[in-house]
Amino acid sequence: MTEYLFIDLDTERWVCRVCDHDLGDARGNYKEGTLVYDRDPREIHQPIIDPDKYEFTFSPDPGYCRILEFYCPGCATQIETEYVPPGHPPTVDMLWDIDALRAQWQARGTDPSTAITYGPGEDVRRHLHAAADTH
Amino acid sequence: MTAVHETPTTELTVQEQEWVDQFMDETTLFLGPDREIMRSHNIAPRSLFEEECIAGGIDVLQIDRIRKRLAGALDEGYEMCEAMGAAPGAKWGDLTTAVYTASGDVTYLSCHGVIAFSAILHHPIRYIMKYWKDEPTVGIHPGDGFIHNDARFGNVHNTDQSMIMPIIRDGEIIAWVAATIHEGENGACEPGGMPSGSETPFDDGLRMSPFKIVERGELRRDLLTFLQHSVRDPKLQLADLKVKIGAVQRIMERVNNLIDEVGVETFVAALRVTVEDVEEEVRRRIKELPDGTVQFNQFMDSTLKENILIKFACKVTVKGEKMTVDLRGTGPEILNRAINSPLCSVKSMFMQAILAFWWPDLPRCTSAMSPIEIISDEHTWADAGYDAPMGQSLQASFRGFSALQASWAKLQFANPEKFSNVLAPWFNQINTFLWGGVTQHGDQVGNLCADLNGMPGGAKPFVDGEDAVSPLFCAMADTAEQEVMEEEVPFMQLVSKRLVRDNMGFGKQTGGMGYEMIVASEGTPLWGFMTVTSGAKFSSIYGMFGGYGSGTYPLARVKGINVYDVLRKDPSRFDLSIEKVMNEQPFEGGQYLTSHMGLQFDVAKDGELYMMSQGAGGGYGDVLERDPNAVARDRELNRISDKVAREIFAVAYDPQTYLVDVEGTKALRAEARRARLERGKPYAEFVKEFVTPEPPKDLLYYGSWGDKADELTATVFDIDGPKRVTAPIAELPIIMLPDRRDLKVAELEARVRELEHKHGENVHRKS
Ligand SMILES: [Zn+2]
Repeated sequence: MTEYLFIDLDTERWVCRVCDHDLGDARGNYKEGTLVYDRDPREIHQPIIDPDKYEFTFSPDPGYCRILEFYCPGCATQIETEYVPPGHPPTVDMLWDIDALRAQWQARGTDPSTAITYGPGEDVRRHLHAAADTH
Repeated sequence: MTAVHETPTTELTVQEQEWVDQFMDETTLFLGPDREIMRSHNIAPRSLFEEECIAGGIDVLQIDRIRKRLAGALDEGYEMCEAMGAAPGAKWGDLTTAVYTASGDVTYLSCHGVIAFSAILHHPIRYIMKYWKDEPTVGIHPGDGFIHNDARFGNVHNTDQSMIMPIIRDGEIIAWVAATIHEGENGACEPGGMPSGSETPFDDGLRMSPFKIVERGELRRDLLTFLQHSVRDPKLQLADLKVKIGAVQRIMERVNNLIDEVGVETFVAALRVTVEDVEEEVRRRIKELPDGTVQFNQFMDSTLKENILIKFACKVTVKGEKMTVDLRGTGPEILNRAINSPLCSVKSMFMQAILAFWWPDLPRCTSAMSPIEIISDEHTWADAGYDAPMGQSLQASFRGFSALQASWAKLQFANPEKFSNVLAPWFNQINTFLWGGVTQHGDQVGNLCADLNGMPGGAKPFVDGEDAVSPLFCAMADTAEQEVMEEEVPFMQLVSKRLVRDNMGFGKQTGGMGYEMIVASEGTPLWGFMTVTSGAKFSSIYGMFGGYGSGTYPLARVKGINVYDVLRKDPSRFDLSIEKVMNEQPFEGGQYLTSHMGLQFDVAKDGELYMMSQGAGGGYGDVLERDPNAVARDRELNRISDKVAREIFAVAYDPQTYLVDVEGTKALRAEARRARLERGKPYAEFVKEFVTPEPPKDLLYYGSWGDKADELTATVFDIDGPKRVTAPIAELPIIMLPDRRDLKVAELEARVRELEHKHGENVHRKS
């Protein structure tokens, strides 16, 4: 479903694509299976001009903006990030209809793990090959 | 006792109803925007004539040939506008040409150009058809042309002006051709046509409802004079009117030749079939998406006068072949600030996402959005009412673009059939200088730098985003030759297109980078700059699947110096960057200032520095998965700092040779993962600690808090000062923000009293 998540249609579970860690009921919010960290945005978007002298420095204001980092408890991969005001509930960003999903893949008759690509055309294949060659 | 008058229950006779209708028609004081026209983005039903034309039989190859001929004609018109246009926007591609069905649905757009412009021009065309076609004082005749700019009647914003002309055969309107250009100057309260300072709709500049300015091929001089008189740049107003008329007439010539060749019926059928086919194909494509809901919230940090936080909420739901976009939970309109947008403008940017980022292969028709239901509360800042100022409506409408563009990665990821790449968020702000004043040639002007077109792209799963590549609204727009501009305007970009280190969305693949701009004017009796951007406290765009978003962007100024004097004396000091100038403060006696990027017209003296940076594209994937060699290469090119390479990407490298230390990197990354597991809290525990029942006390917050979309939180100001209220939108009071100078004065007065008290000074004041 994303770079780091797939849904096992047999067990109806969210699963980490990196380490196969179980992240919970696929009919629910995968974030509930993650570890979360409230990141001070200044650590990621570091100031370019001197924060002692200036109010606006290229860094977000931590009183306005926090970065929520969601990690896989199995492999510590950063599955998702979210920029929110301090105290704002994390967004339930995806909820899928598992019955419809299963029916859709049955109708297609293909294996989702091989059928899904990142985009159309030669561009993707070329880049993926180039990346594979350097490894 | 109250007298009760029963309403007569008897039905009116046909004759009576006619009298009533006639009376109402004749006594309507004002024909404002038509609600029925303005709320709808669905294609019109087939007309009887279209029905007849289609019944005559369809040859798909013939239709395809007609489409290609139209594309050729429209591209020619586009190029004419680009080559001859006087507005900076025209020169750099911020325009479009399109052909519409008789009822106003876009059938085909030029291959270049701004989709959003044409995507909502059905509103004014339907208005013209409904109100002016049979109006004896107006009418529609061969050779007529209608002008229009007011967003309330269907436009992105009031800087864009359209020329709309009918194609008439045998006395019947069978199609429309139009050209739209971002003209800039429009007589608003600040030069340049998209004022951040407008506080009422009357500050937004020209309010042209659709009216006839070309009669049977002749431009009406009286109306032209009125328009020229109403703007700061009368030459521009005339020149580009002529350009648009010329381009549209050329397209009509081509189209008329085409109609002569294929016949009216085939032509009309081709237009209509294209629109219908696209709608059908869109339904099919929606059906292939997984059923479910993707939710994406954005927070904007500025009214362009003060810092606030206002939400743009969006929930996209797919069920079978039905898609719903639900904007409820979005913050309320602010009745004395410029950031509000009419819903049509937000929809125009939805179209931009749909036709340029979802399904770029489709014929560029309005029908691409027709099957999508949009739910929105009126009087939110993304669906503002008639009385709200909208000078900077792009603030809400560009978030509309991002809502659909960003959600698409999740909606389409698991669909094996893709028409575009999975993509992290594109940058979405107007980081450029607007300017105005008197030029070295003595002309009064107002417009903007084309650097807004240098928006960086989002990362893809397999490749980094492109640096400063193109604006979200126009794939083919150019950032322009600064030297060309310098011939016309009295300022120079002392620094132009120099990438700002670390200014990218970090991730497995990084978002594109943005560059900085430093401008200073010289040799003019009056000049000033403005900026119209949010995102100085809260990032404007976010990352995708674990990547990070953009940073935030300050406006930096050095006032009270003349950099040209300094540089003429000692040219070796010409080594400028925002970082260097602000941190080292090399110009003696200067005032070094930062602020958010909502700067209202600010008078610039000779040689004062104005500095800003373009944004960054969103990053894709986990930073710890980025190829360490790519990190070292970015470091070697000074695209990222040592700190970012080591702390964020966790890459160890040799600082002299930039060779990656493979083992060292492995250790750093293992340590970084271990640290995540240590500091990350299980979701339920985290929510319990982090989530608060309402926004931080002193934050001016507008919108739903969390997922509960039926109640909005807002800070209102009454006689006792700010007060937080939470209520359904219909029950919220009118929201107006106090003048920040008044607040500042009150704060300073309080401080004076405090100091007087402290020092025992007794001051007698009269009020
Ligand atoms: Zn994992």
